[in-house]
Amino acid sequence: MGITPFVLFWAAIFTSNILLTNFLGMCSYLSVSKEVESSAGLGIAVTFVLTATAGLNWLVYKYILVPFHIEYLQFIVFIIVIAAFVQLLELIIERYVPALYYSLGIFLPLITVNCAIFGVSLFLVIRNYSFLQSIAFGAGSGIGWLLAILMLAGIRNRLKEKLVPAGLRGAGISLVITGIMALAFIGFSGIQAVQ
Amino acid sequence: MTKKEIFVVSAFKDNSVWRQILGICSTLAVTNLMLNSLIMGLGVIFTLALSTFTISLIREYTPRSVRMMAQTLIIGAYVIIVDILLKAWLPDVSKQLGPYVGLIITNCILMGRAEAFAAQNKPLDSMIDGIGAGVGYTLVLLVISFIRELLGFGTLFGVRVMGEGWINWSIMVMAPSAFFILALMIWAINTYYYKEAK
Repeated sequence: MGITPFVLFWAAIFTSNILLTNFLGMCSYLSVSKEVESSAGLGIAVTFVLTATAGLNWLVYKYILVPFHIEYLQFIVFIIVIAAFVQLLELIIERYVPALYYSLGIFLPLITVNCAIFGVSLFLVIRNYSFLQSIAFGAGSGIGWLLAILMLAGIRNRLKEKLVPAGLRGAGISLVITGIMALAFIGFSGIQAVQ
Repeated sequence: MTKKEIFVVSAFKDNSVWRQILGICSTLAVTNLMLNSLIMGLGVIFTLALSTFTISLIREYTPRSVRMMAQTLIIGAYVIIVDILLKAWLPDVSKQLGPYVGLIITNCILMGRAEAFAAQNKPLDSMIDGIGAGVGYTLVLLVISFIRELLGFGTLFGVRVMGEGWINWSIMVMAPSAFFILALMIWAINTYYYKEAK
């Protein structure tokens, strides 16, 4: 893959948005997007963890799994790395930055099961990225996810007083909004696609 | 509950996708071709059946504090089996599904069934509940992929069904259509349930 990390970063945000084109991280996206503030909190936490675990999992894959020929264990190993990293982060934030812990801390356990994080780690391996590319892809994907959830939260806020058909309320209307956002994001696809 | 009731409830009445909005990621991602959806569905049924069985089997010996991690590892082990089998027998499908096979681990349906049912019930009942949830999930995948493949490629399971003059709807192959179809499906089913409740 000859894409520079810089291009990859922007492509991950716009043309190959992790949520709008790869459908990753939908569960927490749909359930947390009721408030703009909590969406921003979760989005920032996801971006941070995503960037760090993309780098970590790349190192683990390259220097532990490949030399020992245990690539087939990648699923379990990646999950453990992500869970351990989130746990560690929780401890550090709680100990040193208690204020941040109270605003971000509640989202951290949610992140372990966010499939965007795990999905990005799997993409790194499948697409054979270098270390810098991985970090750029992780950061870009995180920011792309943050962008998507912020937009959905903003639109849902506006919809609160509007009359939505009973059966469409909640998940249904969120999916319709997401579909329209995904349509809009197709407009970016002329720039550079990562496939 | 009898075993049949457990199956019906978890497959249809409490269907994970349309009632609880779980496991949406892969529901949307693999549904542009029916074959991929079917394989994905079978993979999920396999993982669900065996992981709920195993989790239920060791439910009394698992300390509460490490329960989540233990469940994840059990699920992960079965997903690895699915991945290896796919790579060996259906390398093409495995390539197209890409990361989504591995993503079965973080599919909320699996954790959901493990927590909500398998952690409190007998192994055999849990297995039936797991199979039920898997069948319900596969059903949703097949319905969505039926629409997308038919309109997007003019084929079903790769076999051409639309006539010569058919023009493919390229939007059906792309991401937005998946969101719209799932939304319409949830809308229709919810409306049906509201009518029933009245």
